[in-house]
Amino acid sequence: MIYIKLFLSFLQIGAFSIGGGYAALPLIQSQVVHIQHWLTAGEFTDLVTISQMTPGPIAINAATFVGLRLGGVLGAVIATLGCILPSCIIMSILAYFYFKYRELEVLQTILQALRPAVVALIASAGLGILVQALWSDSSKGISLETLSLSGGAIFVVSIILLRKRKMNPIKVMGIAGALNVVLFYASVLLK
Amino acid sequence: MEKGIIRKLFLSTFYLSAFTFGGGYVIITLMKKKFVDEYHWMEEQEMLDLTALAQSAPGAIAVNGSLIVGFRIAGIRGALAAVAGTVLPPFFVLSVVSMFYAAFRDNKMVSLVLEGMQAGVAAVIADVVIDLGAKIAGEKNVVSLLIMAGAFLCAYVFHINVIIIILVCVGIGTIRGLWNMRKDGTE
Repeated sequence: MIYIKLFLSFLQIGAFSIGGGYAALPLIQSQVVHIQHWLTAGEFTDLVTISQMTPGPIAINAATFVGLRLGGVLGAVIATLGCILPSCIIMSILAYFYFKYRELEVLQTILQALRPAVVALIASAGLGILVQALWSDSSKGISLETLSLSGGAIFVVSIILLRKRKMNPIKVMGIAGALNVVLFYASVLLK
Repeated sequence: MEKGIIRKLFLSTFYLSAFTFGGGYVIITLMKKKFVDEYHWMEEQEMLDLTALAQSAPGAIAVNGSLIVGFRIAGIRGALAAVAGTVLPPFFVLSVVSMFYAAFRDNKMVSLVLEGMQAGVAAVIADVVIDLGAKIAGEKNVVSLLIMAGAFLCAYVFHINVIIIILVCVGIGTIRGLWNMRKDGTE
């Protein structure tokens, strides 16, 4: 039955995609394209493109997309549940041990070593996004000439709004999106 | 009282998830701003601990992170509310978008807004990283600084899997912990 197949496939995706985000991509591809033949390679590329343009984790997006196509809304719900079930179980176990033993000195030293690493990982993810925003056409290489002026300007304005004005980050993102539209049409008009 | 918190938790994660373009770390930074800086529901250090846990488990970081943060704030019901809030927006948005995919993909306005938002997202992450990094630098602990620099190089320059980075840090922490215990024992 398709619902059971969907559930089991996305259960595997949820259970084995360690490292988050794009680490899950090859796993999703092997399940839905190569093993189950639910999507063609072209449809999978569409799915990745949609995921990049919409909010949310790619595994959840894939579950919704494939589930909807094969089993309607119920299929989408079942695939999504399969996808998040392993997370829920494993995270609950980790949470239990963390809240029970976090006062232990050994655990405190371990956490102390982890915190700077987490900051570094967030910084690394952020820098990756920044490079993409500033050099949107990476095929031209990364140099001062290929720098996207609008991207740079939006980044600077956003930083000022966040740090000096302490503006709500969601508002800042909205302004950033609107600003890019304005800058684009302004540059078209000036030409 | 508790009911109010669960509702607030659900609405916050729903709202954050609906605007989270660009992966799990973005929602983690937004959750830190909302739950630590705005609501004061937890400490900054705890948020980093929970992020490390979310990173170590399989599955989407956004789901893992909201689950454990929800659990920390309001127990099992909090965890359920936070996960539902995180999963529902992409579920709805993708359902709608996949129906109008071609029109959506080729729309110039949509791609311009998304491109601009990317620079905005980078700024939001930079803002939080500056705060967190400055605090760690302020502790003037050489090991912490080395870990931060080393982990950054491993992740950004050498593209080493985050799980390996986390395991190495757990190893370093364990050795330090055992070392301290031995030192305390001999004194």
